[in-house]
Amino acid sequence: MTALIELRDVTRSFPGPPEVQALKGVNLTVDAGEYVSIVGPSGSGKSTMLNILGLLDRPTVGEYTLAGSPTSRLDENGRAAVRARRLGFVFQSFHLLPRRTVLENVMLPMLYSGAPRAERETRARDALDRVGLSHRLTFLPGVLSGGERQRVAVARAIVTRPSLLLADEPTGNLDQTTTGEIMTLFEELNDDGLTLILITHDRGVADRARRTVRIADGRLTEVVAA
Amino acid sequence: MIRRLRRRRRPETTPAPDLRPVDAADRFRFSDLVGEATADIGARPARLLMTLAGTVLGIAALVATIGFAQTAASQIAAQFDAAAATRLTVTPATAQARGGTEVATASLPWDTVGRMERLAGVRAAALIGEVDLEGRTLTSVPVNDPSAAAAAPPRLFAASADILDTVGAETVTGRPFDAGHDARADRVALLGERAAERLGINRIDTQPSIFIDGLAYAVIGIYGTPSTRGDLTDAVVIPTGSARADFSAAAPGEAQARIDIGAGPQLRAQIALALAPDAPDTMEVAAPSGRSDLGAQVQADVNVVFVILSVVVLLAGGLGIANVTMLSVMERVGEIGLRRALGATRQQIAGQFVVESIVVGLLGGLIGASVGVLAVVVVSLTQQWTPVLDPVVAVGGALLGAVVGLGAGGVPALRASRIEPVAALRGA
Repeated sequence: MTALIELRDVTRSFPGPPEVQALKGVNLTVDAGEYVSIVGPSGSGKSTMLNILGLLDRPTVGEYTLAGSPTSRLDENGRAAVRARRLGFVFQSFHLLPRRTVLENVMLPMLYSGAPRAERETRARDALDRVGLSHRLTFLPGVLSGGERQRVAVARAIVTRPSLLLADEPTGNLDQTTTGEIMTLFEELNDDGLTLILITHDRGVADRARRTVRIADGRLTEVVAA
Repeated sequence: MIRRLRRRRRPETTPAPDLRPVDAADRFRFSDLVGEATADIGARPARLLMTLAGTVLGIAALVATIGFAQTAASQIAAQFDAAAATRLTVTPATAQARGGTEVATASLPWDTVGRMERLAGVRAAALIGEVDLEGRTLTSVPVNDPSAAAAAPPRLFAASADILDTVGAETVTGRPFDAGHDARADRVALLGERAAERLGINRIDTQPSIFIDGLAYAVIGIYGTPSTRGDLTDAVVIPTGSARADFSAAAPGEAQARIDIGAGPQLRAQIALALAPDAPDTMEVAAPSGRSDLGAQVQADVNVVFVILSVVVLLAGGLGIANVTMLSVMERVGEIGLRRALGATRQQIAGQFVVESIVVGLLGGLIGASVGVLAVVVVSLTQQWTPVLDPVVAVGGALLGAVVGLGAGGVPALRASRIEPVAALRGA
């Protein structure tokens, strides 16, 4: 299989004082169709890792190659275009627009991804159907439960048919039951061929991924399944 | 269509995603921008109203100020224009003689009227000059009554045939004299209403006469108050020919013309040349300037102070929009971060806030312009004026609101576009 993601000696340091090295020479290869969790305590560099993978941040040193193309060559708008077309994000705090309906929230990324206008609503309905929320189309996010909100966020992330879904502590605000629901949803999406990278501090959640990578103090170590 | 088919066939994920830029045609369109920018404008009506207040006040004040000025100017112009804008007078230039007396340096030619009437824009022209009575009597009875109370006689003017038409007077009874009377030096006279009253003459079918220095003049007409020469109401007018023959009157001191509105500036130059081709400087022509002059003058006077005031209010309105837009940017840091993560460019984020602030400004402008127009109409109604307002001002007022919004949105939009998605997403 082709490598979808290749990190080569990626270092990200934040100028101080004191200077902080959030990532120290990280190497990671993720193939298309993989389901990887990156687990580590807070302050270990997880978020920096996700920001780099999500093209929200650039490595100080090293190269991030996405689908065979080095991303360092992209300018600001080029990175925005790749985010719009190829990446989906799911956040811990959902980040739904409170004054837009569920359907409008899911249609939002297609503004920027370039989906033909006529298709936007159909595709949003399909995505919401996929996460089991077709009965909530006209609701405002405020009246939904946490699990439902996160499923709206997942629908929003997959509506552009991305190559890679990045989830940042997606279960951090959810209880045990809804966490299970979301994790099952992720597994189903992965079964459909979507590449997933999930960042979490929760070992239980991380273990449900097909492959787990531990991050500590800015360095990655592969966790071999027991 | 082709793209759509290709997408459908593609599996849920692509093993090798392409990093080619997205086709421009498919991307964020202007209508998308406007849609996103306006979606949340009405979300907080109370705040929107407060935001709009400054712009509404400023635009309303501006439109109303200009409207009042235009209305007032047209009221004044309506009264002045007809009389003043059509009156042209020519007098020979004067010079200061030794001893301080004014002496005319030239005289009007006797055929002045013919020369003037040939010019385009001259409706009617006539010569007119006062004949000094120098103690001569002017009475309606042939004999002097020594016991009568001494009263100043009416003034005596010598004028050419078209005088009544030129000064805008109508005969109340009888008829004006004509060029024939003038040429033959007939002893005929026209009386102004007031003079006729004083002389005790109110009808001419009895063929009344007046006696000027003992010479009998037949009264052939009585005229109403002239619109441009009020002093002729209490006067007796006789033909210039008669005045020359009977009283050795000198050349008439003044030529007057009724001209088309707006012809003043051009006639001023032409008439001086027509009357004194060798020395046009010796003729003093008093002509109204162009039609808009008066109105513009009045408008300018009234406007300056209020325009400055309105601009200040408008600035305050702009600052209000800037403030609220900035607040809205700060409140929506999370949303901005999300949009950036979803692939919005900095320009799209900036555009969204600029358009939002333009729309708010335009809204304020529309309401303000309407309020301003309404104010002009209501005040005019109560004053029984005709409301006059250039439609350009109303439309311009609304657009000015949009411009204020544009100016106000700049800084907040720049701020929004600089928000880093990483920081924004972490914070919320």
